[in-house]
Parts: sequence; C-alpha cells; structure tokens
Amino acid sequence: MKLVTAIIKPFKLDDVRQALHEVGIAGITVTEVKGFGRQKGHTELYRGAEYNVDFLPKLKIETAVTSEMAEQVVEAIQRGAATGKIGDGKIFVSALEEVIRIRTGETGAQAI
Amino acid sequence: MKTLKKATFSIGGLLLALAPGMAAAQDELSAGDTAWMLTATALVLFMTIPGLSLFYAGMVRAKNALSVMMQCFAITCMVTILWVVYLYSLAFGDDISGFVGGLGKAFMAGVSTDSLTGTIPETVFSMFQLTFAIITPALIVGAFAERMKFSAMLWFMALWVTLVYAPVAHWVWGGGWLSERGVLDFAGGTVVHINAGVAGLVAALVMGKRRGYPQHPMKPSNLVLTMVGAGMLWVGWFGFNAGSELAADGVAGMAMAVTQIATAAAALTWMFLEWISHGKPSALGLASGAVAGLVAITPASGFVGPMGALAIGFASGLVCYLFVVKVKRSLGYDDSLDAFGVHGVGGFVGAILTGVFVDASFGGAGLEEGVGIGSQVASQFIGAGATIVYCGVVSFILLKLIDAVIGLRVSDEQEEMGLDLVLHDEMGYNLH
Repeated sequence: MKLVTAIIKPFKLDDVRQALHEVGIAGITVTEVKGFGRQKGHTELYRGAEYNVDFLPKLKIETAVTSEMAEQVVEAIQRGAATGKIGDGKIFVSALEEVIRIRTGETGAQAI
Repeated sequence: MKTLKKATFSIGGLLLALAPGMAAAQDELSAGDTAWMLTATALVLFMTIPGLSLFYAGMVRAKNALSVMMQCFAITCMVTILWVVYLYSLAFGDDISGFVGGLGKAFMAGVSTDSLTGTIPETVFSMFQLTFAIITPALIVGAFAERMKFSAMLWFMALWVTLVYAPVAHWVWGGGWLSERGVLDFAGGTVVHINAGVAGLVAALVMGKRRGYPQHPMKPSNLVLTMVGAGMLWVGWFGFNAGSELAADGVAGMAMAVTQIATAAAALTWMFLEWISHGKPSALGLASGAVAGLVAITPASGFVGPMGALAIGFASGLVCYLFVVKVKRSLGYDDSLDAFGVHGVGGFVGAILTGVFVDASFGGAGLEEGVGIGSQVASQFIGAGATIVYCGVVSFILLKLIDAVIGLRVSDEQEEMGLDLVLHDEMGYNLH
C-alpha cells in the first residue's frame, strides 16, 4: 500500500477531486497549509510600506491506495492540479505499513 | 463684492454681525438656513463617529482596532462636556486681544431658544462648531495609534482642545487676529487639519516609534472598514465644507461642488501614481488620496471655483502621496496612520493654494480690493505658520508634562499584547 500526499494550489481542489473520482478513489483528506518553494511569496504594499509574504497558502491532499493504484492516482492528481505555471505543487508517494478501519477493525487493502 | 465679503468672513463675519449696534438688520431666523445647518451638524458628527473611527480602526492591527474606535468615541463625549462648560466661550465668546474668547458664554450662558447667530439659532451654531472641535483631536489619534495610554490620551486631548484648539479657532473664526489679517480659511484647513497634523507629528516624535517599526510588518487589520470609513468621511465632509457657509445659499452650493471635484481628483492622482510606481493601484491608496483632497479643499471650499478645485485636488494628491509614501519612510518617525502626512501636509497645500485660486482669474470668488495673489498667499503663510509654531510648541510642552506625571506610553509587554486587551479588557475581534 502507498500513501499519496500532494501539495496543490487551492483553486485546483475541485479538479483534483474530480480526477481522483474518475480513477475510483473513494476518500481523501484535505488540509490547509502554508509553505514556500520555487514560487516564493508575494509582496503587499500599504501606503509605501512593503511587506514580503514568504509563505503561500496551499492545500495538502492525502489518500491511501493499493500499490497497483498508486501510479494511476499520481497521474490523476497531476492532471487535475497542473496549470503549467511555477507553484503547481508536488506529489509524494510513500510506503504505507498498515491501514485499519476504526468501525469494523478491517485491515490492509480492505480498509482502504 | 457683497458675496465676496460674505464669503471671506463666513463664520467670523456672522459673529461680528452680532456685535452691538450692527445686529439689528440680520437678526432674523431663516428656516432654510436652519434646516440645512441642523443637517450639516449631524453630517460632521457622522465624520468622527463612525467615519473616522472606522477609517482608523481598519488601518491598525487587529489587537488595537477597538482602542482607536474607543479613543475617537471618548473624545466625542469629553469634548462635548468641555464645550458646554467653557470651550465654546473660549472659542466664540467676546474677543480678548484677538487671542481668545472671554468666559461670558461659559456653561452656555445666555444661549436660549431665542438666541440667534446670524440667521440660525445659536444652539445650532454652537453644536455645529462643537463637531469641529470633536473631529480635530480625533484626527490626532492616528499619529500615536497602537501605543498611547488611554488615560494619557484623555489628559492630552482635554488640555489640547483648551489651550490649542479653542484659541486657534478663535483666531480664525471667532473674530481673532488671523481673521483681522485677512487669512482665508473657509472650513478649517488651518484650524482643523494643520492643527491636528502638527500636533500628531509632535506626538509621534515625542512618543517614539511603535515596537518593531519599521522592521516588522504592521499590516492593516481590515481595509474594508477603512474604505467604509473613508466613504463616510467624504459624505460627511459636505456638512463640514458647505455647512461652513452657515447658510443655504450659492456659496454653500459651490463649496459642495468643489469638495466633490477636488476629492475625486486627488483620489485618482494617488491611485495612478501608485499604479505607475508600483505596478498596481490599491484601495488604501485611493482612499488616502480622497482624504488628502478633502483636507486640501477645506480652506478653499467657499472661495474657489471648479477649476481651482481641480488644481487643488491634483496638487494635494501628488504632494501627500510623495510625502506619505516616499518622504516619511526616509525620515524614520512613526506617524502610525499618517495624521501629519495627510492632514498636516494636505492642510498646508490647501491653505496656500487657497490664496492663489480665490482670484477671479482662476474662477474664484475674487480677492479683496487692493489685495493681490502675492499678498494673499503671504497672509496664508502667516496663518499656517502661526498655527504650526503655536500648536507645535504647546503640544510639545503638554506631551512632556503628561509624560513626566503619568507617562504617555503603555509598557512594551502591553504594547505587544495589544491595547484592546490590556487597556479595556475587551477584544475588537473574537474570531476564534
């Protein structure tokens, strides 16, 4: 099993959700986060006082998938989140040891 | 020339008309004038609460938003009481050596339902003038925002309106020496704006910068409130300028027209300058330009024509923009919300240009017989200069005195926590 974590631009959430739905993903977790990468921050100006905002708002998406699904899921997120401009984000894929459904106690792929 | 005479001494002149022996002909109440002045009085009070309060509250950090609103509100209440007790008399009582009014009208002595000032009830005149005495100290709040003790603020304002505002209002409008010298200040460019701006600058210098200024970001908490407040100031300013004619007549109409024109011109000037130099136009810039234009047209409003208003608008937008955005940063003092940069500088630009655009060749009401533009501008410099020096010196002494007795500033820790919580046990915003 794999845990797919993606950092995306907030306004692309709907596109990513739609793309994941199309490849059969049933659930994701979304968190509002801030950070910086190559995009850098932006500048705000108030009556000549210039402030640099280093951390930009992004969304973090997490979804647990079977190892076979991982590649498809990564492609779906990429398709949904890409604008071609700097700051589109990143996708991290990591090994996932165990998944447990709290209600039933099911484990492994069945719990995904 | 009759209209010019009336315009020139709009407020002072009407008072002079009350002098014994001169009064008989004019002492008749005009319902039209009274109806307008009742309205204008409400409009000018509306400028301070809530207009200026919102304008300022949006520009400070969230932890201090309530404190500036409360300062404006408390000043409104305190100045009202002082006005009734003695301030009205100091400003508009019988002249003493051209410097200040006597105490004959203390406790509103002799002001009844039958008392008239020109063609309006004296109660209305007194309340109209009160709203000017309220907004002037409230404007100063912008200079020392986010760091002054509430108690010290009250002491300073009580002493300042007594020792600075009342005499200067008397000089210009109460039949004092500046009106005798022919200084033109229709609605208070000198009395209100230069006065408040200079006091603000002195307060910012005496008190020092906010902790962390200018290294740490001090972003406005809510520019939506600031835009709302700026809009209210603009609307209320019609009462301020057109009301200063003290009558519902043609001069009042022109004062309203030039107020609108100058404000729009100054706002656009600031917006485009920022657009050119920074690449984007900003809401705060647009609002700041509007206030600069309102300030600058104030002394000129009953004297200049539409083209003079256009010129004064452009000039004040340009000069205030350069001062606030470029010059202030390099000087390094911390006038938090630019009380001096907008009101002091804009008031000065307006005061001087009034002496130019009052001339009939620029479409103004025309100069007095035998007075040229040069000598009128010289008079304007004297009016502005006298106010700057007097206000600067007295404000400095008052601030040093209060600092020695009770201290002007909150502690570093209190400043860090925010004045809303440490001085008032409240929060302006409880969002979490």
